[in-house]
Amino acid sequence: MIDFWLHPAFILGVGALLLPFMQNPVIRRPFLIAVPLLTFLQVIVVNGTPGTFGVVNWMDWYLTFGRVDNLSIIFGFIMSLMCCVGTIYGLHVKNPYEHMAAWLYVSGSLGAIYCGDYLVLFLFWELMAFSSVFLIWFRKREQSLKVGYRYLLVHTAGGLFLLAGFVLRYHATGGDYSFGQLDVDHPTLYTYLIAIGLILNAAVPPFHSWLPDAYGEATVTGSVFMCAFTTKTAIYAMARSLAGFDILIPMGVIMALYGVVYAVLENDARRLLAWHIISQVGYMVTGVGIGTALAINGTCAHAFAHILYKGLLFMGTGSVLYMTGKSKFSELGGLYKKMPWTFVFTMIGGLSISAWPLFSGFVSKSMIVAAAFSEHIMWAGFLLTLASAGTFLHTGLKVPYYIWFGKNNCSEETWEKAQDPPLNMMFAMGIASFLCFLIGVYLPFMYDMLPFPWAEYHPYTAYHLAETLQILCFTALGFFLLLSKLTPEPKISIDLDWFYRKGGNLFLWVDSVVFQTVDNWVGRIWDKVGIMPLMVISNFWSWFDWNGIDGVVDGVARGVRGLGDQVRRLQSGQIQNNIYFAATVLTIAIIAYVFA
Amino acid sequence: MILVQLIDYLRARLKYVNRVCYVVLAGVAVWGSLVAYDSHHAHTAMEKWPFFWSIFGFLACAIIIVVSKWYGHSGVMTREDYYDD
Repeated sequence: MIDFWLHPAFILGVGALLLPFMQNPVIRRPFLIAVPLLTFLQVIVVNGTPGTFGVVNWMDWYLTFGRVDNLSIIFGFIMSLMCCVGTIYGLHVKNPYEHMAAWLYVSGSLGAIYCGDYLVLFLFWELMAFSSVFLIWFRKREQSLKVGYRYLLVHTAGGLFLLAGFVLRYHATGGDYSFGQLDVDHPTLYTYLIAIGLILNAAVPPFHSWLPDAYGEATVTGSVFMCAFTTKTAIYAMARSLAGFDILIPMGVIMALYGVVYAVLENDARRLLAWHIISQVGYMVTGVGIGTALAINGTCAHAFAHILYKGLLFMGTGSVLYMTGKSKFSELGGLYKKMPWTFVFTMIGGLSISAWPLFSGFVSKSMIVAAAFSEHIMWAGFLLTLASAGTFLHTGLKVPYYIWFGKNNCSEETWEKAQDPPLNMMFAMGIASFLCFLIGVYLPFMYDMLPFPWAEYHPYTAYHLAETLQILCFTALGFFLLLSKLTPEPKISIDLDWFYRKGGNLFLWVDSVVFQTVDNWVGRIWDKVGIMPLMVISNFWSWFDWNGIDGVVDGVARGVRGLGDQVRRLQSGQIQNNIYFAATVLTIAIIAYVFA
Repeated sequence: MILVQLIDYLRARLKYVNRVCYVVLAGVAVWGSLVAYDSHHAHTAMEKWPFFWSIFGFLACAIIIVVSKWYGHSGVMTREDYYDD
């Protein structure tokens, strides 16, 4: 029997490489729909037969490309589904290389999800970073290039941590490079290195600043892809290898609150959503840190739901940016008359992320909070609940209010341009909205894919409904009472990226001022102290060379030259002199011969 | 579009909308704390206090706004071209 296993990433990757040849719109659009759809169908096919596939022998290594198990099934499903939705959203994009970058990026994610060892993980991990950066660069603004390079540098550093970690592990364990659960109860250097590599992609503080920087700058379609894949692939990798790593609990809780605080200060709608990715991924990181079956189920469920509602939110705000060219609250407002459908779809995303009953966040987020309470980590449970109030405050209230209601800050041009986006964008938002609702009301759709089906959870209890509705309704009350304090300010907030953004300037300053000054002084001192003795020594050796070495070597030459000169003088050119000298030499020779 | 007309209709009657919202708030608080209350699901003694989650929601919102704004205005928020220097 031939062991043929078609990797879903392969379909998408080949499709991406063929895309530039699909310039004709008649072919391009069906192709753009067909390839992600085929990839999604192939994911469903491979998910149907769990096991290990696609093992390739290469230079004494056995590389595993296809590990299908409880964890990879749910992540593979949602990633490929989101690729379909994201591609439909971007159907109008004419630049084939933007689609190509997005598909290669998703290929990297699928490759990382189905891989069975660290070598293959690293390969696809880097593919994700190097393809997704183009989704920033294709925005083609002056700052896009800089943001892209910062994104690339940070992710390259993260990749190197991961590489260093698994190489050390390979040596420490005598050749184990399988991608599985690490011994988190006895962490060593390589455990921490691998953890840093993974949490950097999950945007865990202090390695988080790349996220709002990049997602706020990416193209309209690019940010829809980026918000789904990098952090959630990292969460998958963490759930796979770091489940139960205690340190992740406080890190995740800090992350959930940190994102909320910066979201209050944010004036750009897409950057605000990016801050809330950090906050929401904080729940997932906490879930990985708790590590119980319920917590890992919650992490997977929340990642699943998050990919859809966050994608939907980025589609909504991206539509506003696409149509008006604006994404700052201080330049928008009152758009419900002009973009009503976009408002409805974005609101569904907002209700989902805020965990309103009947929407996806309600059945996913609470699972992680419940896992914290059930493990008696009360402080984590309460702080995550507090962060959820912040989520509704910003994403469910602030974003819709300051874009579609509130004070109209639109310029005349912005107002004229504003209208609901093209049909493909509306359709994609419609699909995502439907899925957010479906997950919230039909639990088996998502719950049946969770990795630990025996860890049951029932979100629709009277207590949970009562708790959630009270928190959300009174958060809304607080929002409207404190509305004046939330007025958007056209400012940016300094974050930890200050260290490498201003740090770069500091490096230049140190280089141009400090090192340059030192270099000048060393040059002057060298002129006085170093060059002078060197010249004396040099002059001596020059004299010695001329009179000593050359005196011997060149003396012979000078002697030959002098003799030649004397001989030359004998050659006067007069025949009588030549006869005279020749006769004299001949006479001396005969006398010498006779008397010798 | 019906949605736009509905929003305009409600905005024109904001006073009544606010009253309805306050009634809904009170209803949720009473229902959540007294009717749907089930002490078996409470994780701590605090949760058994009446209107605990209502107060929690309001205070959470207020704390997040006040603390974040204080933090932002303590020097973290700066001009938009800060990094362009």
